[in-house]
Amino acid sequence: MSSQFSVVGSPVKNVQLLSHVTGATQYVDEISFPGMLWVKAVRSPVARGRIKKIDTSKAEKLPGVVRIITAKDVPNNIHVNMAGIGIGPPDEPVLPESEVNYKGEAICLVVAKDEETAAKGAQLVEVEIEELPPVLDMEEALKPGAPVITKWGINAFIYGSGMDGATRPGRPGRPFFLVKRGDVEAAFKRADYVVEGSYLIPPIEHAPIEPHVCVAKPEPGQRLTIYTTTQAPYFVRDNVATILKIPASNIRVVAPAVGGGFGGKVDPEFEMQVAVAAMCVGRPVKWRWTREEEFTVSTTRPAVKIEIQDALSSDGLILGRKARLLHDSGAYTRTSPYGVIKATVNLSGPYQIPNVYYEGYCVYTNRQPSSAMRGYGVFEVSYAVELQIERDARKLGIDSWEFRFKNAYKNGQVSATGRLIDDAYLIEVMKEAAALAGVSLPSHLLQMSSWG
Amino acid sequence: MGVKGEVAKLRGRGIAAICYPTGMNLGGDPSQTVIVAQPDGTFVVNVASVELGQGLRTVLAQIAAEAIGASVEDVEVRFGDTQLAPHDTGTFASRTTHRMGNAIIKAGQEVRQILLDVASKILEVSPQDLEIRNGKIWVRGVPDKSLTVREVASQAQFVYNTPVVGKGHYVKPKSLVDPDTGESDPHSTMAHGCVVADVEVDTETGEVTVLQLVTVYEVGRAINPKLVEGQIIGGAVMGLGAALRETVYPRYPQLTHQTTSFREYVLPTAGDVPKIIYKIVESPTQTGPYGAKGVGEMVANGIAPAIVNAIYDAIGVQITELPITPEKVLKALREKH
Amino acid sequence: MRIRFKLDGQDVEVDVKHTDTLLKVLKDKIGVGSVNFGCGEGSCGACMVLINGRLRYSCLTLAGYVDGKEVTTVAGLARDGELSEIQKAFLENDAAQCGYCTPGMILTAKVLLEKNPTPSDEELFDALAGNLCRCTGYIPIINAIKSVAKR
Repeated sequence: MSSQFSVVGSPVKNVQLLSHVTGATQYVDEISFPGMLWVKAVRSPVARGRIKKIDTSKAEKLPGVVRIITAKDVPNNIHVNMAGIGIGPPDEPVLPESEVNYKGEAICLVVAKDEETAAKGAQLVEVEIEELPPVLDMEEALKPGAPVITKWGINAFIYGSGMDGATRPGRPGRPFFLVKRGDVEAAFKRADYVVEGSYLIPPIEHAPIEPHVCVAKPEPGQRLTIYTTTQAPYFVRDNVATILKIPASNIRVVAPAVGGGFGGKVDPEFEMQVAVAAMCVGRPVKWRWTREEEFTVSTTRPAVKIEIQDALSSDGLILGRKARLLHDSGAYTRTSPYGVIKATVNLSGPYQIPNVYYEGYCVYTNRQPSSAMRGYGVFEVSYAVELQIERDARKLGIDSWEFRFKNAYKNGQVSATGRLIDDAYLIEVMKEAAALAGVSLPSHLLQMSSWG
Repeated sequence: MGVKGEVAKLRGRGIAAICYPTGMNLGGDPSQTVIVAQPDGTFVVNVASVELGQGLRTVLAQIAAEAIGASVEDVEVRFGDTQLAPHDTGTFASRTTHRMGNAIIKAGQEVRQILLDVASKILEVSPQDLEIRNGKIWVRGVPDKSLTVREVASQAQFVYNTPVVGKGHYVKPKSLVDPDTGESDPHSTMAHGCVVADVEVDTETGEVTVLQLVTVYEVGRAINPKLVEGQIIGGAVMGLGAALRETVYPRYPQLTHQTTSFREYVLPTAGDVPKIIYKIVESPTQTGPYGAKGVGEMVANGIAPAIVNAIYDAIGVQITELPITPEKVLKALREKH
Repeated sequence: MRIRFKLDGQDVEVDVKHTDTLLKVLKDKIGVGSVNFGCGEGSCGACMVLINGRLRYSCLTLAGYVDGKEVTTVAGLARDGELSEIQKAFLENDAAQCGYCTPGMILTAKVLLEKNPTPSDEELFDALAGNLCRCTGYIPIINAIKSVAKR
């Protein structure tokens, strides 16, 4: 390691370790206040439906139940997680007013003296729902005539309309994010081979061992302190301020040590509900999700389907690529429009492909909203691209190391989005990996470099 | 397939090569920090980033210590509180080491300059003649004429009427996208990785055993190689779970069979972990703090495709839908014949 | 009902319901930080404790059961400020990241090594099968346990 540094590059011991091995690390679940109440949710049993009636009378009579919180208790009952970076429109209620869009969606909250009573109270709430046919398959969701579950008439996010926080506005939107470079049709005409593939990653749960836990404590003067398992305290602050209609500076968000996140604790998923409950009852309120809620309600990695067509030359180059990416956002927007852009701009992988045409769709279905998970967007793309590369190499009868070396991007080239490539180091990394795996690469590959 | 038992187990090797962008796509995700000296001359770095186990408090303390010239033991990173720390977008997108690291360098350099100015008064030399490193300040070429950073930081407050506070901010300004071409500058820097997976497939049961994972990652600069190693191994096992077992909807897109507990959603356990050989390589980036790129996410990305390609190599069929359950392997083998 | 037990060497008295789990009482009534709720159904191991020296999931144990017994969590392993061997080994081997599973991992390792000071890989993996970790990839944990086994 370079001696120009005194401590950068050193294996300094993780400062958290001592408290971990003695059990002293404080997580949200250890935070408690006198008079604290507990929350449980009444959840939708169906994937899509119209709420006809919520009867809370039996639950209210249960001793220990303090308050039932419904949509009408929320000062501003609509939000979108990434409003702070320009993504809209707001499409998710804190508690739904008339319709539910995924199984497990919280319909109302029961606040009670302890967790058990809150759970019992939730069982006593009677909800009458008219079940509607759900949209579950992304391809079906995009077809004309599919039941529409968004507020803008199509089950896909509209890019380019000024609501994606990314594209220059001023042109009509389209239901996919587009990356286009070179002349892809000409490349396919010139190709000796065209290789196709379709790849699918289903929803995956982050599964940190610590579930979601939140304690919200009202403070004097319309203020609120929220202790929560979040990866993004300022996202929580912004979203809670939006739905409570109070200044963000009235809200303090504290994330003590968090017991693993992996992206699953980026979205404010339940803090708004706990905050509303705390403000309604004027007492500290706690919600600790069960493991079942972690699986069935908390965000997952999105299901992503990626179709790729590669135009190949017989001497082993990728002349062009067409790709269509479908990203299952679930019932609401959360971070998905962002995730789709990140995925789509990376569909070339670490390869130089001069002619590309990529469409990325953010599709809405009646399942729990998906969101970021470790490698968001690119995990899925890396999977599809590397399976496709293997197909390409086999079709051409070229060794798959050789094929990767030949097409690896290099410094000085230009990416699919027109960015100058200045940090390429793939060829060197592949040489190291081959050596470590005991592969003797031929000398013409060993002579290659990411610089020319 | 020959006689039962003879070729029941097939071995294969697969490769995946990946790149991973550091920080939020397109940028526009600021990080701010304030470093404040305590009365005893130690330092507190206030960040709204969150310690999730990745070792953020340690890495950021190293960056702060390096930038200030303080001893790392004298730097404490306090995190995760919007009341104590200025705005930070959050701890995700492999952004914290890069974004917050850059902010901390700026804040640390401000503190460093304050310390040099105060030390120059104490030692009666020009600040240009001073060196500061690892908790010590000394006159260049005269190592005997030295002070500790702690005493200078303390004296600044008690004697020299000088606040020892540094502020830092970093943002990659948001790159707007051309809606008709996608033209944009999405990332600050790219990190790279390559995974070589060796698997054994039991053709009778469909079970896949990962025998070995060779992984190489280029991380710009490993601020703390031990913590990078922690990410590499943890990420490999998460990738292995995704490759072979994990989904909350086993009949996706149908909702049936949705998992509700760890009995149905079976995470890898200690006995499932293959041999993992790894190497960290460095290619410092201009935009990164001391050259560092993001690490935490990339290390999960190459595992599943390498394993699937290894299964392809072993059985001659490419299964395209994760996870690669025994059921899918048996189906693939059946359809091949 | 009122129960009395020793918790990490200290006498504790607490009112519990017949249906309360030990985990619920430790966390929500006493406020113990060294056991963690992970699943509530004996799958993850984050809530593990020793009851009279035997390893138990506190989420599957009724609180009434520990009346008159000794409950030990990872916070009770150090003696006079000196960490136990297994705690030291976890520290030395960087065998924790978020730390949430660590109390259960350490107790499992301790019990395993008391019964079997030189476990084989298979015995080690069997012992750890009831403890989930999502961060470390287990290798540092395995290394920590083996380092004690060697001594």
